[in-house]
Amino acid sequence: MKYIDEFRDGEVAARIAARIRAEAQPSRSYNLMEFCGGHTHAIARYGIAGLLPDNVRMIHGPGCPVCVLPIGRIDNAIALALEHRAIVCTYADTMRVPASGGLSLMKAKARGGDIRMIYSAADALAIAQANPGRDVVFFAIGFETTTPPTAIVIRRAQALGLTNFSVFCNHVLTPAAITHILESPEVRDLGVVPLDGFIGPAHVSTVIGSQPYEYFAEEYQRPVVIAGFEPLDVMQAILMLVRQLNTGRAEVENEFTRAVTRDGNPKAKALVAEVFELRRSFEWRGLGEVPYSALRIREGWAAFDAERRYDITTRTVADNKACECGAILRGVKHPVDCKLFGTVCTPENPMGSCMVSSEGACAAHYSYGRFKDIAVRAA
Amino acid sequence: MCLALPARIVELLPASEGIIDIGGVRKRISLELVPDVQPGDYVIVHVGYALQKLDPEEAERTLQLFAEASMDTAETP
Amino acid sequence: MNRMIEPLDPPTATAAGKPAKARGTYVRPVDFKHGRVDMTHGSGGRAMAQLIEELFARAFANEWLAQGNDNAAFDVPAGRLVMATDSHVVSPLEFPGGDIGCLAVHGTINDVAMAGAQPLYLSAGFILEEGYELAALKRIVESMAAAARDAGVPIVTGDTKVVEQGKGDGVFITTTGIGIVPPGVNISGDRARPGDAILVSGTLGDHGVAIMSLRENLTFETTIRSDTAALHGLVAAMVAAVPDIHCLRDPTRGGLATTLNEIARQSQVGMLLREAAIPVRSEVAAACEFLGLDPLYVANEGKLVAICAPQDAERLLAAMRAHPLGAEAAIIGSVQDDAHAFVQMDTSFGGRRVVDWLTGEQLPRIC
Repeated sequence: MKYIDEFRDGEVAARIAARIRAEAQPSRSYNLMEFCGGHTHAIARYGIAGLLPDNVRMIHGPGCPVCVLPIGRIDNAIALALEHRAIVCTYADTMRVPASGGLSLMKAKARGGDIRMIYSAADALAIAQANPGRDVVFFAIGFETTTPPTAIVIRRAQALGLTNFSVFCNHVLTPAAITHILESPEVRDLGVVPLDGFIGPAHVSTVIGSQPYEYFAEEYQRPVVIAGFEPLDVMQAILMLVRQLNTGRAEVENEFTRAVTRDGNPKAKALVAEVFELRRSFEWRGLGEVPYSALRIREGWAAFDAERRYDITTRTVADNKACECGAILRGVKHPVDCKLFGTVCTPENPMGSCMVSSEGACAAHYSYGRFKDIAVRAA
Repeated sequence: MCLALPARIVELLPASEGIIDIGGVRKRISLELVPDVQPGDYVIVHVGYALQKLDPEEAERTLQLFAEASMDTAETP
Repeated sequence: MNRMIEPLDPPTATAAGKPAKARGTYVRPVDFKHGRVDMTHGSGGRAMAQLIEELFARAFANEWLAQGNDNAAFDVPAGRLVMATDSHVVSPLEFPGGDIGCLAVHGTINDVAMAGAQPLYLSAGFILEEGYELAALKRIVESMAAAARDAGVPIVTGDTKVVEQGKGDGVFITTTGIGIVPPGVNISGDRARPGDAILVSGTLGDHGVAIMSLRENLTFETTIRSDTAALHGLVAAMVAAVPDIHCLRDPTRGGLATTLNEIARQSQVGMLLREAAIPVRSEVAAACEFLGLDPLYVANEGKLVAICAPQDAERLLAAMRAHPLGAEAAIIGSVQDDAHAFVQMDTSFGGRRVVDWLTGEQLPRIC
C-alpha cells in the first residue's frame, strides 16, 4: 500500500530509535503526550515504547472520542431506539460501551432496538431515504476529522427536504481538550506531572491545519509536533520533540507535511462553521465539564437536531469511585496505579473511559503492554 | 483517533463521488471536501469522505528526512 | 428421514406392455424455481418427505439415505473414534468463494481432522426459516453435496425443521462428523512445549474479509474469496511426514490470535511470533486497514495452525508446502516458557507487543 508501507519500514525505525537514544540527554526526562487515540494505538500496535530510551516517556492523552463520550449521552442514544423507536445509526466504535442499567447499544439492539452500524454518515442519510415512515437518528461522534461529513449530510438532508432525519451531535474539539489538560491544576500549578511536549493529531490537523496549535506552543511554552499516523511518523515526531526540548524551543512543527498545511481544509472548515456552533460547556467523561469544547447544531438547522426534536436532557452518570481515569487522561497516573485495572476493569468489562475503546490508555496497556509491567516513574 | 488512510483515486463519479483504491481494494466515497482532484491523485479518506489531498513531493521529502535523521548514527543499539 | 408415501393403486400393465400410471400417483414436483419454505416442510407430513426426497436425498445421494431410515448404520475400522459438531449461522448465506452449505461440511471435516483423524461420515441438521427461497436452499444443498463428494465424506443422516418467519436467519445448519485416529497419533491443545515450532498452512484473514465485504453498509469491491476448504487431505500428508505433531487447530472465529491464546492457555506456555513471517494477502491487509481490523483476529475457514517439536519443523513445512492447500505454509514463531501464557509478537517495525485475546466481536472502527 503506497504511502503506508514505506512509513512502516523497520530498518529506518531502528536507525531513528538509535538517533533518539543518542540525542536524549541522560540527565533529564522527556514526558511527551500523544493526544490522539490513533497515535496511542500505533504506539501500542508497533511496540514503539520498547524502542525508546527509558527517559523518554509517552503519556496517553484523551484524544479518543469514544472514551470521552459520557455515559449519559449513550443512555440518550439507547432511549432514542428503545423508547422513541427511531432507527439509530452509529459508527461501530460505540456499540459496546457500557451505559446505565447494564445496557449498551449492542445490548439494546438485542432487546429489539433498531440500531444499525454504519461506516459513513452518508449511510445514515441513505437509511432515512429508504425508510420514509420511520424516524432515523444519526449518533454523530468524533473530533474535527469526523465533523465535516456530518455537516455535509445535514445540508444534504435539507436539500432533499427530508422530514424523518436528525443528528444527535456529540462532536468535540481538540484544542479545547489540550488547553484543559494544560490548565489542570496538577500540571500548571503543582507541576506534579511535567508535560514537556505534544504529538499533535494527524487527521484532525488535515482539517484544522497547524495554525490552531500555535497558541499552546506560545502560551504554555510547550513544543508541538504534528505527526502522521504511521509508526515512522511517530518516531520522527518524538525525535523532533527531543530536539526542540534540548534547544529550549517551543514551536509548532509539522512532520505530516504530506497532508497537513497551516490552514488545513478551508472548505471543510467553512461547512462546519455553517452548520455548527460552540457549546458553552460540555461534559467529557473523565475530565468533567470542559468549556467551549464541543459543537451543537445551529438554529437554522434545528429541524435536523435530535436534541431539539426529542427534547433530550442528559443525566450526568458518575464513574466508579475508584476509577482513576481522570488522572490517567491527564497523565498524572498510569493504568497500573488504578486499583480497578486488570481486576474488575478489563477490556471485556470496562469501568471507565480509559478502558472502553482499544485506544484508551488502559485498554492499550492491557492488550499490548501489560507483560512489561512498567512502573510509574516519579517526575 | 481518526482512522484515515491514503488512497488512490481511480475514477471520478457524478455528484462529487469517486472510486478509490487501497492495495487492490476499491470503494466508492465522497470527494465533496476535495474539489480539485483527478484520477491518479492520492487523498486521505476517513469514514467514506476524502479529507485532504496527499502531496507526493512532501511525502518524498518526509521519507528523505527519516533517512537523514538516521544517517549520522554512531551508536549501535 | 421418511420414505415417500407409496401411491394407493399399484400400476397395472397396458395393452402395449408398458406399466400404466395408476390414477392419483402424480405428485407435483417441488417448485425450486419460485417456491419458498413453509411450515408444512417441517411438519413431518407429505410435503416434508417430498422436500427431503427431491432435494436432500437426491443431492447427497448415498446408500444410507436411500434406505430411508431415521438413522445410518455402518462398521468402523478399529481405532480411536473422534467426534465433532458445529452449528453454522453465517450471514450472508452465500459469499465469494462459498456458502453456508460447503462451509458446514468443511468446518466439521476440519474439526475431526484437527485430531489427526480420517473423517468417515457426516450428519446434517437443518433449521429452515419460513419464507426462505427454495432456489437458494437448493444451491446451498447442492454445494454441500459437492463439498462432501469432493472430500469423500458422505452425509449419511440428517433432520429438517422449519421455524416461523422472523425466528431464523434463512438457514441454520448443524453438522456432526466422526473419524478414526491412526495409532501413534496424539494431537491435543495441551501438548505444546517450550521450543516447539509454530506453523500456519497459508494466508490469514481471507474468509472474514470476504464476508465483511458483503455486510450491509460495508460494501467494498475486492477479489478476495473465502478460503473455505476441507483440510483432511493436508492433515493426512502432515501426519504421514511427522506422526508426532503436538497440536493442530483451525483458526476460525477469532482468528489466529484466539487460537494461539487458547493453545497457550491449555498448554500453560507462552509464544513468540514474527510478524514478518505471517502470510497475509495484500488485499486482505488493505481491507483490514480500511476497517480498522487486525488480520490476526479475522476468521479463516481453510487454514490450520500446527505445533511440533523443533527438529520436525522443516520436514513438516515441506510436507505442507507439497500439498495444494498448504502451498503458502510458513513457520511463524516458537513456543516459550511463560507462566503467564502470553502470546507475543516481534513486529515488522522492530518493537514487541502482546497479541491478546479478542475482546467481544471484532467490529470495524472509525477511531
